[in-house]
Amino acid sequence: MRRRRILPGFNLGLGYSLAYLGLIVLLPLAALAWKASGLGFDGLVRLLRVPRTLAALKLSFGGAALAAAINVVVGLLVAWVLVRYPFPGRRLFDAVVDLPFALPTAVAGIALTALYAPNGWIGQWLAAVGIQVAYTPLGVLVAMVFVGFPFVVRTLQPVLESLERDVEEAAETLGAWRWQVFLKVILPMLAPTLLTGFALALARAVGEYGSVIFIAGNIPMKSEIAPLLIVQNLEQFDYAGAAALGVAMLAFSFVLLLAITLLQRWSHRWAEGAP
Amino acid sequence: MSGRDPRAPGWSRLLGRGLLTLAAVAFLTVFLLLPLATVFVEALRQGMGAFFASIGQDEARSAIALTLLVAAIAVPLNLVFGIAAAWVMARFEFRGKALLGAFIDLPFSVSPVVSGLVYVLLFGAQGWFGPWLESHGIGIIFAVPGLVLATMFITLPFVARELIPLMQAQGNEEEEAARVLGASGWQMFFRVTLPNIRWALLYGVLLCNARAMGEFGAVSVVSGHIRGLTTTIPLEVEMRYNEYDYVGAFAVASLLALLALLTLVVKSLLEWRYGGELALHAPGGR
Repeated sequence: MRRRRILPGFNLGLGYSLAYLGLIVLLPLAALAWKASGLGFDGLVRLLRVPRTLAALKLSFGGAALAAAINVVVGLLVAWVLVRYPFPGRRLFDAVVDLPFALPTAVAGIALTALYAPNGWIGQWLAAVGIQVAYTPLGVLVAMVFVGFPFVVRTLQPVLESLERDVEEAAETLGAWRWQVFLKVILPMLAPTLLTGFALALARAVGEYGSVIFIAGNIPMKSEIAPLLIVQNLEQFDYAGAAALGVAMLAFSFVLLLAITLLQRWSHRWAEGAP
Repeated sequence: MSGRDPRAPGWSRLLGRGLLTLAAVAFLTVFLLLPLATVFVEALRQGMGAFFASIGQDEARSAIALTLLVAAIAVPLNLVFGIAAAWVMARFEFRGKALLGAFIDLPFSVSPVVSGLVYVLLFGAQGWFGPWLESHGIGIIFAVPGLVLATMFITLPFVARELIPLMQAQGNEEEEAARVLGASGWQMFFRVTLPNIRWALLYGVLLCNARAMGEFGAVSVVSGHIRGLTTTIPLEVEMRYNEYDYVGAFAVASLLALLALLTLVVKSLLEWRYGGELALHAPGGR
């Protein structure tokens, strides 16, 4: 283990990194864990089973899962077109994919609200057919799709670029139809990557706050997300309630982070071991 | 949909390609470009005069100044951390390395609201250090230090995430050669390491800065929304919007949208010009 190192700076670099991480990330997270552990397991469950809290958690997790699923489908389409079909303006549209990363969430939030409000550019057309998006759970979904969109595309692109085309060509030579090739050859090869993109988009959408709260309308039991409830608990000095929700969301983040790490390892091995 | 004979790129296949391309472009335009356009249209709804009047107000000016201050502290600190962490992660093997990598990534997967909450529980009136801070007259929550800390937490991974894969791909040889030829540690760092990573470093700082200036959720929890004192630009957007000052909200928001556009342009230029020196990286510049 202790082979002499030629390069300097190991102790300095590691010491500094650990001290900084400890102060900025780990100590604050420990404060949350400590506060939540003070409630005890029963107390935690009791706080989370309040109907309004339960409804908010359901909306955050259900909405985020649905949004991530939508992003997998649309993201696959967009990534496929950007990688496979050259068209004028492709570079521009490729850059546009990153817009949800770059645009601050509060700005995205008020822009989406203006767009989907009943008198907005898109909202008025939807209102004409009886669909209301802004100030309903549907609005939450729209915002969640928006913030999660780049994850699927950016995860897929490098994999699509490196996909060997001989397998597809072989299948075609053997007489497979285009959609058969897609379903039976391409889709299985992309499965781990699609799952990774799903998990990343899910992680982002579950905790999303800024872009959701404006368009959601925040009606308790109906269109109120879990992060907003944390903020409201804090405003009413209900630190226990805020900590209970916070630790539940943090636990979910940990599980997802672990899943993403394992998925990425799997898809790397998949990519390397692919015929 | 598909051609009967897959070997001939017949008209039906070209039609399929065309339709798919059209669908993708339509989605990107309606779903991503239209919200961006909305920001500027709404900001200018009552003309240039109203626009400039609302971004010239005192609250807007102090929000801009505060945003610049917070970014000016948080970004350099995360830059130094990013270099230190990437140096250790890319150049050495040690026990617990995977765990360190996971901790560096952690802020990306924590909800912004939770990132703010943890600081309230640490430094707030009822927190671990709350009573001590109060008795010494130090304000962190509902004050500028809290904004800086929450921003540091949120933007911590950006620089490290850009540098680690690049430095891993570059390998140790050049730096080892510098050492064997007698360079001191800092000489090696400034003459070999830094020039090799400069574009990726700039790329990471660019993304880190964009997020630092635009962060909303975490900052919102620790700010207390005291006008002129603890409101950054995104918080000013929220407050104006909630006061039904839509033109004012979108006017301030358009400054952030311009920052986002500038970030995207510089990012794309870096990718096109120096793509090879960026080692394009894990998904989600985030």
